[in-house]
Amino acid sequence: MNKMQNDNDIVLRVEDIHKCYGKEEILKGISFEIKKGETKVIIGPSGSGKSTLLRCINQLTIPDKGRIWLGGEEVTHHKKDINRFRQKMGMVFQDFNLFDHLTALKNVEIGLMKVKKMDKKEAREKAMEELKQVGLERQADLYPAQLSGGQKQRVSIARALAMDPKVMLFDEPTSALDPELIGEVLEAIKKLAFGGMTMVVVTHEMGFARSVANEIIFMENGKILESGIPYQFFSNPKYERTKRFLNKITELYGE
Amino acid sequence: MNENLALIYQSLPYLLKGCTITIGLVGGALGLGFVIGIPMAVGQVYGNKYLSGLIALYVWFFRGLPVLVLLFLFYFGLFSLIGLNLPAFTAAILVLGLRSAAYQSQIFRGSIQSLGEGQMLAARSLGMKKSEAILYIILPQALRISIPGWSNEYAILLKDSAITYAVGVMEILTRANFIATRTYKPMPIFLACAVIFIILTYGGVKILDLLENKVRIPGYGREER
Repeated sequence: MNKMQNDNDIVLRVEDIHKCYGKEEILKGISFEIKKGETKVIIGPSGSGKSTLLRCINQLTIPDKGRIWLGGEEVTHHKKDINRFRQKMGMVFQDFNLFDHLTALKNVEIGLMKVKKMDKKEAREKAMEELKQVGLERQADLYPAQLSGGQKQRVSIARALAMDPKVMLFDEPTSALDPELIGEVLEAIKKLAFGGMTMVVVTHEMGFARSVANEIIFMENGKILESGIPYQFFSNPKYERTKRFLNKITELYGE
Repeated sequence: MNENLALIYQSLPYLLKGCTITIGLVGGALGLGFVIGIPMAVGQVYGNKYLSGLIALYVWFFRGLPVLVLLFLFYFGLFSLIGLNLPAFTAAILVLGLRSAAYQSQIFRGSIQSLGEGQMLAARSLGMKKSEAILYIILPQALRISIPGWSNEYAILLKDSAITYAVGVMEILTRANFIATRTYKPMPIFLACAVIFIILTYGGVKILDLLENKVRIPGYGREER
C-alpha cells in the first residue's frame, strides 16, 4: 500500500496477468504500469495476446491470475464494482462496434444517460462536445451505416471519451480501415496523447507509435519480450526476434 | 348465384362477430407469446446452461406436438387436472400463446445471435450492466430484425387459430360451419370464410411491413422505395 501512495501518479498497473483458453496459454504473466499522461504502444505478431491483454485490463475477459490496479484501486476481484471501473477505462475496438441502431450523437449519449444517469439535455451537450473534438459535429444525426470507417472509429473514440475515462485502451484502432482513412483516426488519437490522456494502444502503425509512445512494448507468445522508449527500441532492439518483426512490419506497412 | 350472394350477405354480421373473436384470439396469443418469448430468447442466449437447457426443453415440447393435440391436452386434460375451469376462448389463447412463445423465442434468439458479439462488448466496456446492455442495445436491434420472421408467425398463428373450432371457440370457422350445416350450402359460406382469412392475413402482414419500414435503421436493409 505504501508503494501505491508513493507512486500515486500511476494510473494503471498490470500485475502478472495470465490467461488460458482451453489448453492454450494466451497470456503468460504480463506486467507493466503506466503513469498519468503516458502512452504505451503494444506491438507484436497476431496471436501474441495483445487484444486479450486489453480485454483483461477492463475485465471483458477475466484473467485466470494476476491483478489490475486503476488509480490505486484494485479492479480484479471486485466483481460488484466492475461497471464502475469500466466507465473509467475507455475502450476503442478494431471493428468500431458502434451501436448500429443509434445515430452518432446517441451512440455517445447513451453511456452518459444510462450509465452516468445524466439528464437528456446535459448528455446531449456533452456528447455534442465530444463529437466536435473528433471533428464530427456535422455527422451527429447520421447512423453508423451512413458513416465511413474512419468516421465510425472517431465516433467510437468520442463515445469512450464522453465517460471521462482515466485511461483509454485502443485495440488496433486502424486495422479495419482503408489506408486513406487511417490518417484521420491516428490524428484524433495523437491529439488525445498530446492533450495528456493516458493510453494503451495496440497497433501496427510504427510511424504513429514512434511519434506518440512513451514506451513501446513488444509482445510475443503471451509474454513481453522487450520494451523501451521508441528511439532506442526502433534503432537498437535487443533481440533478433524484435528486429525481424520490425523489418517485416516496415515492409508491410511502411514507416 | 344470387341466392348464394344473399346468403353471404345475411351471414356476414354473424361471421364478422367471429372475426373479432379470431382477432382477439390471435392478438392475445401473439401478445402472450411475445411477453414470454423475449425473456426466453434472452435466457437461452445469455443464461447459464441450466436455464438455456430448460428453455430448450420447453421449445422442444411445444414445437414437437400438433396444435390440436396441445389444445386437447390442455383444455380437456391439464387445465381441469389443476382445477382450472377456463372458458374455451381463454384456454385457446393460453395454448396458442404458450405455443407461439416457443416459436417466437427462436425468432428472437436468431436475431440476437445475428448481432455481432461486439455490440455487447462495447456496451459492457462503457460500464453498462448486462441487463442494461440487453435492454438498450441488444433488443432494440434484435426486434427490428425479427419483424419479417414475426410477420410469418402472425400469418401462421392466424390460420392455426381456426383449429380452436375443435373446442368450440366461436371464431370465424366455427360460425361458418354452423351456417353451412344449417343451410346445406357449404360452398358460398366457406368461400366467405376464406376471403375473411385472406384479408386478415394480408392486413396484418401489411401493417407489420409498414412497421418494419418505419423502424428501419437508415443505411440498412432494403432500399428506399
